[in-house]
Amino acid sequence: MAGVHVSTTINGDAVEFVCPGNETLLDVLRDRIGLTGSKEGCGTGDCGACSVTVDGQLVCSCLVLGAEVEGRKVETVEGLADGDKLHPLQSKFIEHAALQCGVCTPGFLIAAKALLDYNPKPSEEEIRYALAGNLCRCTGYDKIVRAVDAAAKEMSRVAKRK
Amino acid sequence: MTPDPKYTKQKFKLVGTRPLRPDGLDKVTGRARYGADISAPGQLVGAILRSPHAHAKIIKIDTSKAEKLKGVKAIITSADLPDLTNGDRGMLDILENCMARGRALYDGHAVAAVAAIDAATAKKALQLIKVQYKKLPHVTDVDEAMADDAPLVQPHVRTRGGDSDKPSNIVSISTFGHGDVEAGFAKADVIIEKSFKTEQTHQGYIEPHACLASVGPDGQGELWVTTQGHFVFRNTCAALLGMEIAKLKVTSSEIGGGFGGKTHVWIEPVALALSRKANRPVKLVMSREDVFRASGPTSSTSVDVKIGAKKNGKITAAKATLRYHDGAFPGIWGMLGAMTSFACYNLENVQSIGYDVLVNRPKVAAYRAPSAPMAAFGIESVVDMLAAEIGMDAVDFRIKNAAKKGTRASYGPTYGPIGIGPTLEAVKNHPHMRAKLGKNQGRGMACGFWFNFGGQTCTDLNIGVDGTVNLAVGTVDVGGARASLSLIAAEELGIPYEQVKCNVADTTSLGHNDMTEGSRGTFSSGMATIFAARNAVEELKVRAARTWEIDVKHVEWADGQATAKGVMHSNLSPLTLTDLAKASPNTGGPIAGHSESVADGAGVSFASHICDIEVDPETGATKVLRYTVVQDAGMAIHPDYVEGQFQGAAAQGIGWALNEEYVYGADGRLQNPGFLDYRIPVCSDLPFIDTEILEIPNPNHPYGIRGVGETSIVPPLAAIGNAVSNAIGVRMDHVPMSPPRILKAIKEAAAAEQEVSAG
Amino acid sequence: MLEVQLSGSLRDAAGGAASIHINAATIRELFRKIVEQHPRMQASLDEGVAVSINGEIYRDDWAQMIPEGAEIFLLPRIPGG
Repeated sequence: MAGVHVSTTINGDAVEFVCPGNETLLDVLRDRIGLTGSKEGCGTGDCGACSVTVDGQLVCSCLVLGAEVEGRKVETVEGLADGDKLHPLQSKFIEHAALQCGVCTPGFLIAAKALLDYNPKPSEEEIRYALAGNLCRCTGYDKIVRAVDAAAKEMSRVAKRK
Repeated sequence: MTPDPKYTKQKFKLVGTRPLRPDGLDKVTGRARYGADISAPGQLVGAILRSPHAHAKIIKIDTSKAEKLKGVKAIITSADLPDLTNGDRGMLDILENCMARGRALYDGHAVAAVAAIDAATAKKALQLIKVQYKKLPHVTDVDEAMADDAPLVQPHVRTRGGDSDKPSNIVSISTFGHGDVEAGFAKADVIIEKSFKTEQTHQGYIEPHACLASVGPDGQGELWVTTQGHFVFRNTCAALLGMEIAKLKVTSSEIGGGFGGKTHVWIEPVALALSRKANRPVKLVMSREDVFRASGPTSSTSVDVKIGAKKNGKITAAKATLRYHDGAFPGIWGMLGAMTSFACYNLENVQSIGYDVLVNRPKVAAYRAPSAPMAAFGIESVVDMLAAEIGMDAVDFRIKNAAKKGTRASYGPTYGPIGIGPTLEAVKNHPHMRAKLGKNQGRGMACGFWFNFGGQTCTDLNIGVDGTVNLAVGTVDVGGARASLSLIAAEELGIPYEQVKCNVADTTSLGHNDMTEGSRGTFSSGMATIFAARNAVEELKVRAARTWEIDVKHVEWADGQATAKGVMHSNLSPLTLTDLAKASPNTGGPIAGHSESVADGAGVSFASHICDIEVDPETGATKVLRYTVVQDAGMAIHPDYVEGQFQGAAAQGIGWALNEEYVYGADGRLQNPGFLDYRIPVCSDLPFIDTEILEIPNPNHPYGIRGVGETSIVPPLAAIGNAVSNAIGVRMDHVPMSPPRILKAIKEAAAAEQEVSAG
Repeated sequence: MLEVQLSGSLRDAAGGAASIHINAATIRELFRKIVEQHPRMQASLDEGVAVSINGEIYRDDWAQMIPEGAEIFLLPRIPGG
């Protein structure tokens, strides 16, 4: 099958690649570009471990084709931190022990950031429903919800000061 | 000097605090490497062809067309995996499960494998392999498999503990207990007898099995793999492939969940065999569908429980008959269910009989406190029914009959100091019990038991010249143990937590370490870390003595430094660990401490849970309103991670109780091998899970640590069963209590009531 | 003299006895003498047993001392998850 040439932006960097038309964005990220932070937990869009944003929209990268991100902006977990400054979500996840094995964590961070981008002050219920597309088998979600809430509050404080 | 594992009460400076875990940064930035996250130059992609039949004879496998496909570098079948097991049936079963030998025993059983230059080619190659099957009758239900005319899964099996010498699907019948149950029932004022069923579930780890294997024609090889035990994987793979242990280097990746499912090999021998044949690295990753079909789920069960008590609440006799399936290969899961059955209680007359039964389903593997949750569902439900019949509070009834120090356990030995009483008292006094319940809401509680294990552990502690410490351990870190182990090392050495870096070493760098299972990770490696650190402290004292040119018996170690005792040495300033490390090149070289030990005598663990459930009587849907876990941890090294184990185990139990099940069709095929239809709890299904950590020190560990990882998956099935039963006024006897089952129970009860009032 | 209680399937290998009498100071010695008395128990030991000494379960450490008059139970070797 002839490859498709794609020019895109990933975590702010211009990236070009060639991939088969039927290759998923997840496989492109992991195997062609080497960004293994997004994980394949199921390959069918049921677990959210592969969550990324495309033009700010939260998607399962296993359900998006590599070819579809032509001319678009892709954000993955590798782009969350600002240089050596962690995103408040990243810090709070560590502080609140919101990860045990950590394999679902990249997906949760991306999904939580997508939530806070459109709803900076979510209630517990809003957090739980926004993250219902991300499966975690280790934590029971308790500390994850607390971490997201803490990050939201911190980001609010910082925004107020500005 | 043999280290003494006995508990010595001491005040801690660091242990019990909540510092940040050392692997946190890598895990929140995507830098951490799991099983499928590394690649090797020139690597091939492996793929496995699996049987679409529940039971079939394999007449012929024709790989000729696949071999001609451009890009295919190796194809293997069982012919490439000769039997080197030397009559070891257990090892042969493992080998046969990894690759079928003339017969497919379950839907998903591996029959052939390919290694090709990319995934697309590998997939095409699988489609070109022609397998000629002769379908055989199959059986997937545990009770049906016990019938005399059931299709035989393993013709060589004869029932151990059974009467006849005829082929059977019943692997063994195991009996535990003491006293005279018939006499006990005769004395009872009230007897409750009921049967229960639980369906098969999967550990559900988010990361599928994955490995990168690289074997050369010189018999040396490397394996990068997601596993709960890389040393055991090494030994098993080496044995199956005829390799020497020292020549197979296995490195544990970060593990994305295991819960017992990654204590067995599934694809690893296949990847190694492919790599050996192709003489190139082979990366093999299981799809989610294959994980469900062909790794190691739990047993489904069928359990009969009978308990009798006097009007004052004292149990006079308890009996359980438990039928568990092992999948297609013999196992001990029914036996384990029988062992754990009545372990929470102080009983004069008790009997539990466990059946292990073969069915055409994947080989059952351990799942967090294996076999205990299913037994607890039946028993804790009947305990509730009995308490209600007598008119006694459910918690008080359990307190009256709880096991304690000196009780003869239902599985045989006499208990030392145990925590079941304290967890029940804590539940009784917990504010959760006073929360108001509304319409269609019910409260349930249950208690649970599990063993804790020790095992072989080897730890290496090396001090760098700047005074920072490398702690190399061999137990895989499944949930944050590196933080706890660093705390322990820092506590023993008297240095800040941040000065210690804990790593999980590969198999060439340490002696054998048993797997992270049986709640042993922190318990065993913690013990080995204490001994290795104390070892290092002895050496530090020697170095101080050399530096001061005094006798080492005058040197003391405390708070991270050596001081010289005695008036004659009062002029000598203390030497810190960093001072001694810096001077080490000239005082004898690198300073280190080692420990090879067998941590053992770990004791047992108890938990009691409370939950509130709301049931929608129109749809049968349930909502978990409140959930509380009380469990004895002995000593919580890092409380955040102990809480995490309580909450995670409870969440798995909640999913098992309310929604998770393997659905097999009449054709013997798994109908729901994916996360959409195998529905585990999501964030919106659960409330915050309240935890209370009790600390009753374990007398066989220097810090009093008990294993914590498994026990809290045991009570949820029954706690929720009791809550749902209280909410709808109908006793639930089939797990999962999914909406259709709850609706059916409500309707049947309503119909029965109508009959009674009409008649 | 220790009274070694046998559980479930281990009783078969001892000719159906619920307990056997052995003199031993360590687990290793216990196993050696059990097999001397009941050769069929070798298969069970090979498969894996755990020893409970006064309620504490030992799966691996055969050097473990057995106190005088201790309560001894032979159990199948139990895996965790």
